[in-house]
Amino acid sequence: MATMRYREALNLALREEMQADERVFLMGEDVGVFQGAFKVTAGLLEEFGERRVRDTPISENTIVGMGVGAAMAGLRPIVELMTINFSLLALDQIVNSAASIRYMFGAQVKVPLVIRMPQGAGHQLGPTHSHSFEALYTHIPGLLVAVPTTAADAHGLLKAAIRDDNPVIFIEHETLYGRRGEVPDDQEPLRFGEAAVRREGGDVTIVGISRMAETALKAAETLSSEHGIEAEVIDPRTLRPLDLDTILTSVRKTNRAVIVEEGWPHGGVGANMSALIQEQAFDDLDAPVARVTGADIPMPYSKPLEQASFPHEEHVVQAARATLGEI
Amino acid sequence: MATQDTAGGRGPDSTGVETATHPLPERAACEQILARMQLIRRFEERAGEMYAKAKIGGFLHLCIGEEATIVGSEQAMRDSDYLLSTYREHGHALARGTSPGAVMAELFGKVDGCSGGRGGSMHLFDVERRLLGGYGIVGGNLPLAAGVALASDYEGTDDVTLCMFGDGATNQGTFGESMNLAALWKLPIVFMVVNNQFGMGTALERHSAVTDLSRKAAGYGVPGSRCDGMDVLDVERCVGAALEKARTDREPQLVEAVTYRYRGHSMADPEEYRTKDEVEDWRPRDPLTTFPARLVDEGVLSTEEVEQLDQQATKTVDEAVEFADRSPFPDLASLYDDIYVIGEQVRDPWWSTDSRSPDVHRGEQEREAGEVAQELAEAGAAHADETDPETRAARAQGEGG
Repeated sequence: MATMRYREALNLALREEMQADERVFLMGEDVGVFQGAFKVTAGLLEEFGERRVRDTPISENTIVGMGVGAAMAGLRPIVELMTINFSLLALDQIVNSAASIRYMFGAQVKVPLVIRMPQGAGHQLGPTHSHSFEALYTHIPGLLVAVPTTAADAHGLLKAAIRDDNPVIFIEHETLYGRRGEVPDDQEPLRFGEAAVRREGGDVTIVGISRMAETALKAAETLSSEHGIEAEVIDPRTLRPLDLDTILTSVRKTNRAVIVEEGWPHGGVGANMSALIQEQAFDDLDAPVARVTGADIPMPYSKPLEQASFPHEEHVVQAARATLGEI
Repeated sequence: MATQDTAGGRGPDSTGVETATHPLPERAACEQILARMQLIRRFEERAGEMYAKAKIGGFLHLCIGEEATIVGSEQAMRDSDYLLSTYREHGHALARGTSPGAVMAELFGKVDGCSGGRGGSMHLFDVERRLLGGYGIVGGNLPLAAGVALASDYEGTDDVTLCMFGDGATNQGTFGESMNLAALWKLPIVFMVVNNQFGMGTALERHSAVTDLSRKAAGYGVPGSRCDGMDVLDVERCVGAALEKARTDREPQLVEAVTYRYRGHSMADPEEYRTKDEVEDWRPRDPLTTFPARLVDEGVLSTEEVEQLDQQATKTVDEAVEFADRSPFPDLASLYDDIYVIGEQVRDPWWSTDSRSPDVHRGEQEREAGEVAQELAEAGAAHADETDPETRAARAQGEGG
């Protein structure tokens, strides 16, 4: 067991998978000489050379499209986009090409492509660098979507994403890159579609997406220490596929659910998840499924405004207490 | 408005393409070229008829007039080279050797179609013949083709990728992005702009400030050349030279083939943007007229032999239609098949968010989801019979791209 930062865990996964499979290569803006905008790819150019660690021009749609083409032709590309906002420039290739090609061409080829990118607010990067779009990508059939929160999950899920034969949207979080965590030695890939129960409890289920799994865990400690409420905290880890089994099992025990996400409320991950919970566990619910989401606005720059725009521990505590009729 | 600036303005003599007379290849090659062009012409004519009979849905983009461009470029390719094309790609599949029956079956949406009925007219695919797709997004195939070329370069093969697109695609961002990356990384790729004079209904000089499209990539480091897209031998020569340059020198190339489509953008096109006179001005250049005439003039084939080849093409198309007619529609239970590759990295079974049937299950298991799921699928599929001419006309009016 080694302690490392989230970014180091990602770096380790990249290095291990590139060592193991010659077809795996990395391309993106400033991934080589600059060592990555968030230093995730530090040292890889030196170890693997320019053939396998490729600095690209700022051409997101074409970088992703080339990744799709190279994957169709038998390679296993990893494309890094500098932030998830920039992936909007590549939506054509992500949706019309990556997600569709296998199905629309009658399964004659596969697209083993990983698109890595960070999202999230907190660094005062304003309305074009701070958003959370996991809902957008979860919407699209043909893609897999990962939202790792811990260093161990970042490592294990990235290894799985690289080995998988489907196009994977791998969403990292900017404010988690520096977080330290334990990563088991020689950790094998984790499987997509397996949620992690971060804390057990019988009173309310809290599902936290991406960084919000961390926020949910803090809120659960406060609920326990200050309000005598024992929350069960679930980190789904992947949103497509979603481990609905684990969520439903918990909800059938607690009879209450709170979903916490940094993204926008309309058409959000929580909107979808609450629909699934009420479809599958209506009779088990003692309160409406609650959602805690980011504010329904473009992300403002000013620090107090930015902090007011995404969920914090207090919001989760309040929502959980509301499901128990305490507020 | 409908016919502005068209009369006499876009005739074949206005394009600035120099015509040259190339010596004919040997008889067998001449026959093959002619037979392929005839097959494409007859196939496309029949596809148009089948569309009018509602055997084909959606949009149908015919390449009538562009046969020399298609066959000439295919003649220049090796079997191991990759081809990526557009939504006007029936001819490319036929030239590449995909069975005409499989192409027609795809247009019919049948299970024996070359994309299993999933893609339709705009999305033909034949991995064995290295036809890596027709693509419905203008300019969307350039990055994909550059990626395929990257894979060839990465693995050290001498395969070259030929990426074909229309004049309209040169205005997309992917054009400049892909040219730059291909030149920067010295990829083995030939970009080929099939300049048929119109981006849908907008004439070349109304959509591109630079109308000599072969010059359009020079600033990105991709040299260009032009050929007479109505002359199959000129296309073969020009594309052949570009392919060899890309293969040997790792210098990507742009080839512009100046051609003309005699039919509308799609079957839903009333062609108000050009005059009948302009279309007639291009008729004498029709490769299906000029090439066989030359073969007869130079004593390579007799008029009767040309006619026999043409009849063979018609017979092949007859058989393709029969094959497509006989082929069943895809099984409704296959609706969710192949959306994912199921592998060890994903827990099985996993939840799909598709809950069209009573229980939640993964999409691939929809076929086992019981009678209700099957009944719902059948109820939906029954609407396939409602495609009357009026509905088709109304749908065609909605075309935007």
